[in-house]
Amino acid sequence: MAKVLVKGNEAIAQAAINAGCQCYFGYPITPQSEIGEYMGKHMPELGRVFITAESELASINMVIGAGTTGTKAMTSSSSCGIALMQEALSAMCCAEVPGVIISVMRGGPGLGNIAPAQGDYFQALKGGGNGDYKIIVLSPSTVQEAIDLTYRAFHLALKYRNPVMLLADGVLGQMMEPADFGEYPYKDPDVTQWALDGANNRPARNIVSLHMPEGEMEMLTNRIFKKYEEVAKNETTYEDYLLSDAKLVLTAFGSVGRVAKAAVKRARDNGMKVGLFRPVTLFPFPDKDLHDVAKKADMILDLELNKGQMLLDVRSAVFGACPVEFYGRPAGGLLTPDMIYNKITELYSKLENTQKTEAGVR
Amino acid sequence: MNGDMSVIISGFGGQGALFAGILLCHAAVIEGKHTTWFPAYGAEMRGGAVNCSVNISDSDVPSPIIDEADAVIALNDASQEKFEHKVKAGGFMIINSSLSHLKTKRTDINYIKIPLNELAQKLSKQPAFVNVIALGAFLEKTKILKIESVKEVMKEMAKTVSAKKAALLPNNLESIDFGASIIRQQMVTV
Amino acid sequence: METLVYKRPESLLKDGHFTFCPGCGHGVVLRIIAELLDEFNLQKDTIAISSVGCSIFLEKFFNLDVAGASHGRSPCVATGVKRCKPDKFVFTYQGDGDAATIGFNETIHTACRGEHITTIMINNTNFGMTGGQASATTLVGQVTTTTPAGRKAELTGYPLHAAEIISKCDGTAYSARVAITSTKNIMQAKKAIKKAFEAQINGLGYGFVEVLAACPTNWHMTPVESVEHIDNVIETVHPLGVFKDITAQENK
Repeated sequence: MAKVLVKGNEAIAQAAINAGCQCYFGYPITPQSEIGEYMGKHMPELGRVFITAESELASINMVIGAGTTGTKAMTSSSSCGIALMQEALSAMCCAEVPGVIISVMRGGPGLGNIAPAQGDYFQALKGGGNGDYKIIVLSPSTVQEAIDLTYRAFHLALKYRNPVMLLADGVLGQMMEPADFGEYPYKDPDVTQWALDGANNRPARNIVSLHMPEGEMEMLTNRIFKKYEEVAKNETTYEDYLLSDAKLVLTAFGSVGRVAKAAVKRARDNGMKVGLFRPVTLFPFPDKDLHDVAKKADMILDLELNKGQMLLDVRSAVFGACPVEFYGRPAGGLLTPDMIYNKITELYSKLENTQKTEAGVR
Repeated sequence: MNGDMSVIISGFGGQGALFAGILLCHAAVIEGKHTTWFPAYGAEMRGGAVNCSVNISDSDVPSPIIDEADAVIALNDASQEKFEHKVKAGGFMIINSSLSHLKTKRTDINYIKIPLNELAQKLSKQPAFVNVIALGAFLEKTKILKIESVKEVMKEMAKTVSAKKAALLPNNLESIDFGASIIRQQMVTV
Repeated sequence: METLVYKRPESLLKDGHFTFCPGCGHGVVLRIIAELLDEFNLQKDTIAISSVGCSIFLEKFFNLDVAGASHGRSPCVATGVKRCKPDKFVFTYQGDGDAATIGFNETIHTACRGEHITTIMINNTNFGMTGGQASATTLVGQVTTTTPAGRKAELTGYPLHAAEIISKCDGTAYSARVAITSTKNIMQAKKAIKKAFEAQINGLGYGFVEVLAACPTNWHMTPVESVEHIDNVIETVHPLGVFKDITAQENK
C-alpha cells in the first residue's frame, strides 16, 4: 500500500478500525478529539459500536463490558480524562479484561493546558489505580509507529488479557506525516475459552475483581505478575540509534525521541559520539538493555517533556553504571532540536574535559 | 536550494495558514518526499493566531518542530512580529503588506512584500485565497515542489469536499498560478 | 402420581447458598430473578453484571455468566456487554448506594440512551455492606452510622427518588418501585421485574425496578419490625408504583 498523509490522531483511529476494533467508547477532550470524531463517522458506517459516554469513568467501564465478551474495544482520552480511568484499569488487570486505551498527553497538573506534554508517564506506568498491577504501555514517536503500535496494542491486549495503553502526546496526535497502514499483521488468540457469552452447555463463568477468601488475592496477584514476566521476556522493545560507540547516550520516549534524533544527527555531523536509546515499550521497560548500554557509555542524558518521570526508570536501569543527567520542560513547553543540541554540547565538552583532567592526573 | 525545506506558515484563523501547509505536505507526498506538518492548535484556532510548521525533505524528517525556518509566510502583522526572528540567516519571509505595515528588523534575510488581500480581491473578488497566492509565490521562489503537484492535490481534494467548496477549485488553481507569476514577473521587490 | 410443586431454579447454582443476614431482602429478589430467567428460558443466554455492596456476590449464587463492575459502573459494563452481544440477556443487580448514589449519573445516561438492559436496584436506604451509612435514598430523620442524630435535610438534603427520575428518561421503557414485604407484594414485585425483563426481550428500551428491601442488621430492627417499617414509613417517602410502562397504552 502507498503512503498517505495522515494526522496522528486519525492514524490511530483508522489503525484501530483496521485492527478489528468493534467498539469505541469515549468522551471528548483536546488534544485527541479527532479520534472520537473519526470513530463517530466511521464506526457506525461499518456497523460497529460508537458511544459518546457520559464520562471517562463510563467509557472505560464500557470497554470492560466489551472486553469481558472477548470483543476488541477501545477508548481514548487525555491527561485528566485518563486520571478518571485509573480505578477501572486496576480492575481490568485484576479481572484480566483486555482493552485498548489511547492516551494523548496534554499539559498538567490539573486541567493544565492543551499543549503537548509528557507529564503522564507516572500516570500510565506507576498508575493511580490501587494495588499491584501493570498495564502494558507502548510509546510511538512517529505517525507510522502510532499505526504499528495501535495494531500491536490490540493484539497484546488479547494475548495477555490485560489493558494496553498507547501513550502518545499532543505533538504526535496533532502532526501529519506520510504513513503506510498496511494490514493488521497479527493472528489473535482464541477467546472462546474464557469470554462471557452465556453459560450454554458449560459451567457458568465469571470475570470479577473481588476475591475475599484468605490467600486468593495473593495467589492471583502472584499469577498475574508471572504473566508480566512473560510480557517483559517477549515484548520488550526499544530503538537503538547510533549507540554502538556512543559516549553520551540520550534517552527519550515518544515525540521527544524523534526530536532528539535530529539533535543526535547534528552532533554526529560535528564529530560527537552521541546516540539515542528510545524505549518503545515503557512497560515492559527495556531496563537490561539500557543497563548494558550504560555500562559502555560515559553519561546518559534523559530528555522528557516533564520534570523527570521516566528518569526514575532510567536511573533504576542504569543502576550507577554511569552518571545520569536530566533535561526537560514541563506542562506544554517543547524541546526543540537546538535546545537538545546545546545541552549535548554542554555535557559533551564536560565529559571531554573530565577525561582530559583524568588523563593529566595519570 | 537543496532538497530540504522548513517553512512556518502563520496568520489569523480563517486565512488558511494551516490549509496551505496541508497542501504543501500532500504535494510533497505526491513527489515522494518526506514531510511533516505540525500545527499550533487548540484555543488558538478560534479567531486568534494560528500557524503550522512544515518540513519537506529527501530524507527522513526527525523533528516536526522547527527552531529556525528556511522561510516564513506571515499572512498578517502579528505573524510577522512573532516569527521574524525564526527565519534562518539567508532565508526569506513573505509578508502580507495589505495587513502589515510593520518595519522589518533584519538585514540577514530577504523580505518579499506582497499585498495579498488586494491582489486576491482583484483576482477573484474575495480575499479567501491569500494563502494560496502566497503558496504560489513561495513555490516559485523556492522550487521545492512543482506547482503542478499542488494543483493535483487541489483537484483530488475537490472530489471529496462539498459542492460549495469544490466550486472554488478554479479560483484555487488560478490563485496559485497568479502567486507564482508575482515572483516570476518581479511584480514585487524581492 | 407425584406433582412437582417446588423446584430450585436452574439459574441458581446447585451448591450455592445465600449468605445474607436474617430478614435481608436480597435473597428473595435473587430468587425472583432466577425464577423469571428460567421462565423465559434465558439461563444459557444471560450475562449478569454485579456491582459493589451486598449485591456483589452474584457468581456465588447464580448459575450464570457474571461480569463484575466497580462502584456504580454496572450500567456501563452492561452497555459494553450488550452492544457486543445484542442477542444475550443482560441485567445489572445493584443497591441504592451503587445505582442511586455513586453511579446515578451512569444509571440516568444508560436510561437516556435506551440501552436494552435491565437494572434491578435494591433500595434499603443505606450502605448495607459497609455497615449502614447514609446513602442518597436515606429518609430524612433516619438514623445511620453517619447520621447518628438522624438525617437532617438542612445538612444533607433529601432522599433521591430513583424510579421516578428514571421514568422521566426517554429511553426508559419501564420503571417501577416495588416492595417484598408480603406475599402479595412479592407477586407484584415479580410481575414488575418480569415487565422490565420483557422490555429488554422485546427490544423496547431500558427497564428499571427499584425494590424496597429490609436491612434489619443496619436498621437495628427484627425482620418483622423491618417489614413493618418499610410498609409504614419508607413507602410514605418512596411510594410503590409503576412510573413508566410504554406497553401500558397498548394494553388499554
